[in-house]
Amino acid sequence: MAGTKTKIFLGLFFGLFLLFLYGPMITIFILSFQGPDGGLTFPMNGVSTHWFKTLWEGMGVVDIWRSFRRSIALGFVVMIITVVFSLMAGMAFRQKFKGATAVFYITVASLIVPSIVVSLGVALQFRLMDDSLRAWGQTHGVEWIIQDFTTTMGLFSSGMGAQLTWTLPFGLLIMFAVFNRFDPAYEEAARDMGAGPWATFREAVLPIIAPSLVGVALFGFTLSYDELARSSQALGGLNTLPLELRGLTTTVTDPSIYALGALTTGISFFVIAVALLCSWYLRRRRMASGSDAGKGMV
Amino acid sequence: MAIRNRLAPYLLTAPYFFIFLAFFLIPLVLVVIVSFWDYTEYSIIPDFIPTNYTDIFGGCVARLPDLCTVFATYISTFKYVFLTWFITLILGFAVAYYLAFCVNSLSVQIALFLLCTIPFWTSNVIRMISWIPLLGRNGLVNEGLQAMGLTSEPIDWLLYSGFSVTLAFVHLYTLFMVVPIFNSMMRIDRSILEAAYDAGAGGWKTLWHVIVPLCKPGIAIGSIFVITIVMGDFITIGVMGGQQIASIGKIINVEMSYLQFPSAAANAVVLLLLTLMIIVAMTRIVDIRKEL
Repeated sequence: MAGTKTKIFLGLFFGLFLLFLYGPMITIFILSFQGPDGGLTFPMNGVSTHWFKTLWEGMGVVDIWRSFRRSIALGFVVMIITVVFSLMAGMAFRQKFKGATAVFYITVASLIVPSIVVSLGVALQFRLMDDSLRAWGQTHGVEWIIQDFTTTMGLFSSGMGAQLTWTLPFGLLIMFAVFNRFDPAYEEAARDMGAGPWATFREAVLPIIAPSLVGVALFGFTLSYDELARSSQALGGLNTLPLELRGLTTTVTDPSIYALGALTTGISFFVIAVALLCSWYLRRRRMASGSDAGKGMV
Repeated sequence: MAIRNRLAPYLLTAPYFFIFLAFFLIPLVLVVIVSFWDYTEYSIIPDFIPTNYTDIFGGCVARLPDLCTVFATYISTFKYVFLTWFITLILGFAVAYYLAFCVNSLSVQIALFLLCTIPFWTSNVIRMISWIPLLGRNGLVNEGLQAMGLTSEPIDWLLYSGFSVTLAFVHLYTLFMVVPIFNSMMRIDRSILEAAYDAGAGGWKTLWHVIVPLCKPGIAIGSIFVITIVMGDFITIGVMGGQQIASIGKIINVEMSYLQFPSAAANAVVLLLLTLMIIVAMTRIVDIRKEL
């Protein structure tokens, strides 16, 4: 095992690593309170909430609050689909079935195929669908297609799909980890007491895996809320917050972008804290009710 | 749950599978098909021509040993892939080692692990921007260096340069190394380490001959993650390189913005093949060593 000297050295190293991770974040948090005449770097030219006010008024050019609401809404939908679909698939994987290996490989492939390729594929697909739909409308003289139809691409079609190819694999892999450590004795006990499949799931399985499902939800929401690479080409005309942010990095030259950064990081932190508290609370409640079910589960 | 119904696993996986069919498998097939199509300034035309591929490397072979733009771009991308992989591997291994072997209390371990993970759940773009006040011409680093008298003029290669791109990659993706390596380390039976120690192996020997081989699966998984992400990147290189540095991902991105979909698709296929080759090579290395 590691000697004392190694421990101290690695401890220092780990501390520096944390500083490397969090230092820049702390810097922009401080600089977002830059005085009205202050610039993008230190020194602080007074302390004010001026840049948050600028942000509140919408930063001028782009409608930042609209893209903000879009990102939150999309994050929620992606979160719910990620939790439900990966829980269902996770349950299925507890027994052997034909095609299980294929689904597993697709899951892994989706994680490692470069995001720009997925994004391009989804964009192409919807573009080709648009073209065929338009052609079909023309030949059949469908009035609304000829008049009003623009695109099938959108936040909750192509954008959501592209993001799910990134969030769902994380969801399923977490479910694998959960069910690997899951003791089927609890279900058998429930069944012996006369519970049907649904009741067994609701009364025995769900309470035990609930803290981990909160973890899946956290992945689903935060990965969607901050996702950029996969949805970048697949959103149609409307931008999400990360996409606006990337645009702002080249156009905004005052600390209001730090204010936006501090705000959106604050939201992420808030979501993470809520998830951790929920998970902790669910675990505590189960322990308190006298069961040691799922002990040792992460 | 032993649902006796044999249909159950299929019904349960169906929604999950459908998402990947609709938004992953079909799109990938379309990318391959469209890479053989023709295009004009405003439309794409079904066809079967190799032009998009020959255009990518057009004249490149003839011009060797001079590098054409495409080859230079690939080499530059590989440079960032290698640098990022190497640095994140060393950093990630050290961090995972500390967490797994130097922290004895499980709750402290979980807390420190969470501290490493939390940034993963925040915005990448914001994490890139947050380097600006540190690395800019009037940033903290330059001010510090000047105050210490180490340099008289601000260093301008700190930001919007290859340096800042690599730094941002390391900052963003070291976690992808830490998690799988930490996972491998936690599975190592502590008595094996005791045995190595009793057999007279010192710290470095134990590390190299016992821990590293047992961490290979974790190292391979982490490496695959980091390599594939950096290979296809166009956002970090764009933001941190001040839109001055080329990458394969950026070529695809730019071609898409000009609606040159078939050409972008051809580039995507090449990128995909290269990525797969690296992954296959990596898994080979791991397996071969397992046999030795």
